[in-house]
Parts: sequence; C-alpha cells; structure tokens
Amino acid sequence: MTEIIDRNYAGEGIYRENIIDHYTHPRNFGKLEKFDVQHREFNPLCGDETTIEIKVENNIIKDIKFHGKGCAISMAAASMLLSELKGKPIENIKNISKEHVFDLLSISISPVRVKCALLCLETVRTAVKIYEGGIVEKVDKKVYM
Amino acid sequence: MEISLTKQFNVEKIRKDFPILARTVNNKPLIYFDNSATTQKPKIVIETLNKFFETHNANIHRGIHKLAEESTLLYEEAHKKVSDFINAEFEEVIFTKNTTESLNLLAYSLFNNLKENDEIIVSQMEHHSNFVPWQQLAKSKNFKLNFVKIDKEGNLDLDHLKQLLNKKTKIVSLVHISNVLGTINPVKEIAKIVHENNSLLIVDAAQSVPHMKIDVKDLDVDFLAFSGHKIYGPTGIGVLYGKKHLLKNMAPFLYGGDMIREVTFEYTNFNQLPWKFEAGTPQIAEAVALGSAIDYLNEIGPERIEEYEKYLTNYLYKKLSEQKDVKIYGSKNRSSLISFNISDLHPHDVASILDSEGIAIRAGHMCAMPLVREVLKEPAVCRVSLSFYNTKEEIDKFILALDKVRRTFKK
Ligand SMILES: Cc1ncc(COP(=O)(O)O)c(C=O)c1O
Repeated sequence: MTEIIDRNYAGEGIYRENIIDHYTHPRNFGKLEKFDVQHREFNPLCGDETTIEIKVENNIIKDIKFHGKGCAISMAAASMLLSELKGKPIENIKNISKEHVFDLLSISISPVRVKCALLCLETVRTAVKIYEGGIVEKVDKKVYM
Repeated sequence: MEISLTKQFNVEKIRKDFPILARTVNNKPLIYFDNSATTQKPKIVIETLNKFFETHNANIHRGIHKLAEESTLLYEEAHKKVSDFINAEFEEVIFTKNTTESLNLLAYSLFNNLKENDEIIVSQMEHHSNFVPWQQLAKSKNFKLNFVKIDKEGNLDLDHLKQLLNKKTKIVSLVHISNVLGTINPVKEIAKIVHENNSLLIVDAAQSVPHMKIDVKDLDVDFLAFSGHKIYGPTGIGVLYGKKHLLKNMAPFLYGGDMIREVTFEYTNFNQLPWKFEAGTPQIAEAVALGSAIDYLNEIGPERIEEYEKYLTNYLYKKLSEQKDVKIYGSKNRSSLISFNISDLHPHDVASILDSEGIAIRAGHMCAMPLVREVLKEPAVCRVSLSFYNTKEEIDKFILALDKVRRTFKK
C-alpha cells in the first residue's frame, strides 16, 4: 500500500487573507448586458456552478464576468483569473495552464479541491471553443433529470 | 437519565474496538462524523478478513478439498447470519456488491416482467442509486416514472403516494431513511398502501439497517437492499432481500458459474435460491467478515445502539439549533444524521476548516442531486452523521470548531 503522509494541506492554511478577500468581494462578478459568448459549467462533485460571459472586440477580451455559486476556492480562482484576462487577446485563454491557476491562488491545493480551483478555467476554455465555433454547448442540463 | 444511559452504554469501551478511532488527523484526534458514507470497522471484522485469507481461503461450492469445504461453510454461515439479522429465510438473501448493485439487480430483473406504459414510483428523496436505474430503464422501455413529493418538513407525502398509485403502477421503490434529511419513512404503513394496489414495494434500507432493528416480515416489504460497509462490515459486499415466491419467478441478473444447476449446449437450468442470483465467485472473505460485523452488532444489541444514537442525535440537534446562523434541513422525525448550512458559507469551506480540526463531515449533494438542488434549493449541504462510537464530547468539539469556521470567514 502506498505510504500516505498526513500533510496538513487541506486545512485552514488555504484560507489566506487574499483568498477570503476575493471570495467575499469577487472581482468581475455579475452579468454582462451584451456578450458574444456565454457558458455554464457544473461541478457534479459539490454542486457548484459558474457561468462566464465574454464580450470580444477585435479578438480582445473587452469585458468578462462570472456568476454562480461556489466555495471560497472556486470563487477566488474565478475572481483572480478573470481580472487577469480582461484586455488580453482571447487567444491567450488557450495557453493558460492549471499550474497558472494554482500559482494565482498561491496555496497548496489538496487533491479533493482541485476541481474547485479549476472550475473557472474549464469554463473559460470551453467558452472560447464555443466562441470559435468549435463545439456546441457541452454541458447537458438534463444529465440528472 | 443522561448519566445512567452513558454508564449503561460504555462508549469508551466500544471505541477501543475500532483501531482507526485512535489516529490523529492534522495532529488532532480524529472525530469521524461521516458514518452515513461508510462506517469504520471493528477489530473483529479486520481480523476475520485476515484470518480467512491466512487459514481458509478457497473457492466455494466447487472442489471437495478441505479448504473448499471450510470456505463454503463459512460463506453459507455468513448468509445465515444476515438472514437471521433481518428475520428473512435463508433462500431470501442474496449477496451483491452494495446497495447500488442490489437495486440494479432488481431493476434489470423486474424489467423483464414490465410492459410498455407501466408505471414506477420513487420519491423526491431518493439516493441516485434508487433513481437513476429506474429513470434510465423507464426511458428505454417507455415506462412512466413518478415521484412522490415531500412536504415542507421533509416527510414523504403519503396522500400524494396514494394519488399516484393506479392499476398501471407495478413497482414502488422508496428509501427507508433519507441520507440527506434523515427522515424515517413509515415503511410498514407504506407496504399496506402499496400492496392494496397490488404493486411491489422495494425499500432502500442503506441508512436504516445500520441504525435500527429491521424485521422484513414485520415490515412486509417485497424487497430490501443495504450495504455491508455501512453496517461496520467490509466494502464490496451488499445485500438484497426478496420474498421467496417473487425471487423464484424472476430472471437472473447475471449469468455464469455458480448460478446454474445443469448446462447443456442447448439450455441451462438455473440453480436454486439464493445462488441463482449470485453468478461467479462472490466476495467470500467480505461476506464472512460481514458475518462478524453482524455478530458484533448483535453483541451490543441493535435496540441499545438505537437508543444511544437517538440520545446523541437529540443532543446534536439541540446544540446545532442553538446556533443562530445554522439552517437545519429535514424534520424532527429523524435518524442519526443532520444536514445543515452555516450562514451563506459553502459546505466545502466548512468541511475544510473542520478537517483542519480533525473532524470529518460530508459536504456536497450527497448523491441526491435532485433533492438538494431542486427541492432544498441549495447547491450543497453539510452533513454530520453519527454512529454509536461517537460521543457527546465530540459533538461539543464540533460545535466549538464552528466558531473557527466563522472566524476564518469573519462571519
Ligand atoms: C440511502 C442510500 N441509498 C443507497 C446508497 C448507496 O450505497 P452504496 O454506495 O453502498 O451502493 C447510499 C449510500 O450513500 C444511501 O445513503
């Protein structure tokens, strides 16, 4: 059996001041009046969901907002990531790595929370694919009913 | 009263039977409050598993050597222990992998006896395992699937059940105790209602068998499913009870070895009950260890377990309802679990902070997504589920730890 070391990684250590700040005052939170693409992702593990709306002009992200419900980690990740994206070429989204999101959060993410941290990245990536006409809306809202 | 009960129920002695309860998590003593997901195992169960592999291991119902004989004997003895535990006949108990497999076995086997436009009833408080199989089969064969509503208190609306029942209703499949709300459904009364309509009643007893004495004859249910790992036994072993005359007329679920009597190139005669439904080499060691878990529970006494857990749950309910920012879901008529939310904090965050205090609770939709999202209207909830090895002191520590949750989020 793999020797498992009881590291204190899932504990209160992850709730740093800036995480709490982004969670309680998320940046770019809300809805856009006009957008070019909208996408909703769902984390079946915890029931979290997030919707991202992007307004694009000349391939630049003119405005981007998210709304939905999530834990501190998923909300903070979305808040931080979106702040960074505004004003950048939409192309850039394709090159964002998971590690980059972890770096933004700058806390060690335990395996059980990885999905929370990456929900937002998943959502923007899919949004870009939809924007480029690559795929149709992927999340099947009827999966559970 | 409090003192006499605690004295009578020697929880400190019982805790010593569970090796894992001695460990620490994040440098704090483990407080295990996720018993509805799975229970911890007493030493006797762990030792039985070891002993089986060290001294008896062989395949069963085949071979005439000594080990095969011993293994077969032990396996059948485990069958007998489980049948006695729920007051069933020997032929009426089938070993499966878990509750989920038991319910799937029923769905797939009973499916053969259904016609298009027949109706099946489940409730709004089902675990996915008693819901998705029916939903998927209903789609593929054009059955209608109806849902019994729950009222504001979280109780099953029996009037609605009566309204839904009609000549086309062939199967009613309901949870005994909700793993989210803790609601205890009146199964005996429901059985009468369902049988008056000549329908079959299936009961998902995954959360009731661990906490109360179950007598299938008294309840008069047609089928009942539960998991070994939730009653202090190993993972990988589940139980399906079915009335003999019904099982006899049902098609097997899986085909293969052990479930046959005679095979020719043209036809197969199936084995007698319960083996007809146990194709292939079963979970032999796990079954034997489940037998030990039942011995252990019988030794303590299901009635005493129920009494002590009730006392603990009442205490937890009282303490939690004193917290002004805590919202509790479900009715007062509940088993040993409480789902709640604390102010508008996400259950994941609450569970993470509690984990840093060594406290294990569940956070999420509890595999009952339609109930949590569409009825409770929450993305997720926190759940504390108790066992007879938990203590009042652990509940006090948990309540104190909620302050740490609040401090972290400045609530
Ligand atoms: C009410 C209920 N039914 C069914 C199940 C499924 O049990 P298993 O995963 O052992 O098949 C559970 C487990 O959480 C449950 O709580």
